[in-house]
Amino acid sequence: MNWVNAIVQGILLGGLYALFACGLSLLFGVVRVVNLAHGDFAVLAAYLALVVITTTHVPALLTFIIVAPLFAIFGYGVQRLIIQRSLEVSPLTTLLVTFGLSVVIQNVLLVTASADSHSFDLGSLISASLRVTPELSIGYVPLMIFLTAVVVLIGLQLFLSRTAMGRAIRAAADDQEAASIAGVNTRHVFGIAAAIAFATVALAGLALGSSSSFDPNAGPARLIFAFEAVIIGGVGSLWGTLVGGIILGVAQAVGAQIDPSGGVLAGHLVFLAVLALRPQGLIRARLAI
Amino acid sequence: MMAPTAPGTATGTAAVRVTRSRRSALWGLIGAAVVVILLATLPYVVYADVTDLLVNAFILLVLASMWNLLAGYCGLISVGQQAYVGVGAYTVLLSAQNGINPYLAIPFAVLVAAAIAVPVSFLVFRLRAEYFAIGTWVVAEVFFLVLIRFRSLGGGTGTALPGLALIDPTFREALTYWSALAVAAAALLATYLLLSSRMGLDLTAIRDNEVAARSAGVRVMWAQRVVYVVSAAGCGAGGALLIISQLNVLASAIFSVGWSAKMIFVALIGGVGSIEGPIAGTAIFTVIQQTLAEFGAWYLILLGSLAVVVAMFLPKGIWGLISGRLQWQVFPVGYWLHKS
Amino acid sequence: MLEVRNLTVRHGYLQALTEVSLTVAPGETLAIIGANGAGKSTLLRSITGLHQASAGSIRLGGRDITALPTHARVREGIVLVPEGRRLFPSLSVEENLLVGQSSGRSGSWNLPAVYQLFSWMGDRRREPAVHLSGGEQQAVAIGRALMANPQVLLLDELSLGLAPTMVRRIYSVLPGLVGRGMAVLLVEQDVAQALRIADRFQCLLEGRTTLEGKPADATTEKIEAAYFGLTGRAGPGSAA
Repeated sequence: MNWVNAIVQGILLGGLYALFACGLSLLFGVVRVVNLAHGDFAVLAAYLALVVITTTHVPALLTFIIVAPLFAIFGYGVQRLIIQRSLEVSPLTTLLVTFGLSVVIQNVLLVTASADSHSFDLGSLISASLRVTPELSIGYVPLMIFLTAVVVLIGLQLFLSRTAMGRAIRAAADDQEAASIAGVNTRHVFGIAAAIAFATVALAGLALGSSSSFDPNAGPARLIFAFEAVIIGGVGSLWGTLVGGIILGVAQAVGAQIDPSGGVLAGHLVFLAVLALRPQGLIRARLAI
Repeated sequence: MMAPTAPGTATGTAAVRVTRSRRSALWGLIGAAVVVILLATLPYVVYADVTDLLVNAFILLVLASMWNLLAGYCGLISVGQQAYVGVGAYTVLLSAQNGINPYLAIPFAVLVAAAIAVPVSFLVFRLRAEYFAIGTWVVAEVFFLVLIRFRSLGGGTGTALPGLALIDPTFREALTYWSALAVAAAALLATYLLLSSRMGLDLTAIRDNEVAARSAGVRVMWAQRVVYVVSAAGCGAGGALLIISQLNVLASAIFSVGWSAKMIFVALIGGVGSIEGPIAGTAIFTVIQQTLAEFGAWYLILLGSLAVVVAMFLPKGIWGLISGRLQWQVFPVGYWLHKS
Repeated sequence: MLEVRNLTVRHGYLQALTEVSLTVAPGETLAIIGANGAGKSTLLRSITGLHQASAGSIRLGGRDITALPTHARVREGIVLVPEGRRLFPSLSVEENLLVGQSSGRSGSWNLPAVYQLFSWMGDRRREPAVHLSGGEQQAVAIGRALMANPQVLLLDELSLGLAPTMVRRIYSVLPGLVGRGMAVLLVEQDVAQALRIADRFQCLLEGRTTLEGKPADATTEKIEAAYFGLTGRAGPGSAA
């Protein structure tokens, strides 16, 4: 079959996974929290976008203008009200709390939106593609998602290295106590980091809705792919999430070429191989994040 | 001439006696034994729907206790113990398909689950504690995806458990009930023995302060590995009981993360970090389930919210609340100091 | 202008500080001395807000700041140079300094001023902070604190882990700071060094003040007695 096509699709899929992974990585790198409801929040964003589309008739591709900032504010609240408090009970309480939130979100969506799957109506864009060679065509939507991921990562990198808030976030991630002695309001800074993470989660959810269908229970699978991308790429490296996402995407695409139902399993096996052979991931972390 | 006085010296030392248990704890153990005997007589006394309910409760108790071992005594939150539930169930299925009596296959399921847990532990322990949770989940997914490829085991659509068709249904239900009771009692006993052993002391030290425990010479990794394997073995037993009581198995159900959700909920509500906690949690959960399960998604929303609230505000759970107030312990695994 | 009154701080079951009081005026240097575990670091950390006071009060310029969180106290002008430097490993020298401005206080201290104070620092400002030697890191830590334009500068064990010449060089910077009106409260293991630069000193033992005064008035015997808790009373086993 068409191996080159599969690999290219896999690389582009990596962009989607990187979008999912960078929020997970950012929240863990800064706040030291693994959000088990990460995928479910993305699905929630996708449903929110659907609501925006049906009530305001904003084109699907522009819904991020409304949804991302909303999610940023939402993330700030979740961090300061729920996650911060859970962290004070014990570091692992956050796992239990976010797991509980995951169950709540999935079932709230089930109750309000039904179990049917949805996707965004992008009209002709869904099937439009760039014909690179007679055997290879690149869909516009996957390409846009990939480019979005790259832009987001560059933006994050610049924000963290060039702005005062970015510096404060990195400082608080390094040493929370020393940061507060230097005058950093660490709780607020963690809130900002969570806000940014949630904004990327919203973008990931919108990307999901644009590229495939989603239903209330689609969250956990997204969490697992995001996590695998983080581990393969290397915990603590932002660009690692892109590398990890690409490897995962390619593994899944190649696996699906070999066996149509084996894509996801192939991804899992590559993840386990990386875990067994190079658990620190492919990219060594230079930043704490 | 000035003499140095070490500041704060006590004027004398109090003599202290250390015992393993108090009298209340001994009565607790005797009480537990009596309860088990009474429970064993139930199939003669009540209808099948009661014993069925209890079978499910016992299975849940076993699973929650196993999760509690990992979380409460090792600080390792797993969201993937369903991997071993599935392993246990499918081991019994394979055994039954090859002519072995399913009830006799239960210990076998325990051993297989433990055996598989050993190499898996080398993989998942490479992940730091926070990512360990998702790692265990991935392992469960892998087991699921691999198992559904085997048509002989039912593939994705499930299959029935052979070998029990010739047994009288009432007797079979009683047998299942006694097996579940035996497994639950064994699981609790094994947990108690583990925690009151030297390993148990190590585990409590790890739970309280891992770094301090390590510097005191506790072999943290070894202890955690043992607990992981024991926890897997127990979940294997739970899975074996599941397939026997349901008489069939569906891969997507047996490997579902919903089992982790139930384990977590029960252990959390009852109280993580004590043996009695899962018992209290199972009782509460069973009541909630019986009364509210018909409400489907709303019931799950309630459970999830309850889990969040308990985790944040009541970290020791219901049992923690009770035992804290009354200084009760049914299973004495600590030490008491008495002034003599 | 910094006034600590009857400060009592508990660490779990241990009472780390019991009714400690002190004052430091602008332009003054107060040294806190005492053995390990006497509570010196706890005192500084409590003044910055890292430990909660169980009793007593802390006032800055008459304003009660006992209930303020750490970053708010920095905004008021209380800045700590912590024990062990605690620079941010993933940040460069300059970035470490810039984080010091997080409180938004204004004043004469900025990057050029700090680079003037430590003439070698400007050339190395892009290097990761952890690549520097112990003494250089200590200078960066002081610079980071200065960037917050403190009213009261707290110094915790500056000399720990540094060669004596380096210690002297670091301490030589202090008179210049104090001359500009800053109050300095320092904790120091090296008693001689502390008494050399301080206007006044205070000795702690097991969380209590055992001696205070001016370095000129202090005799070796008085200090030893206060430091080690030697008393005139006959204890068990004494021959007197």
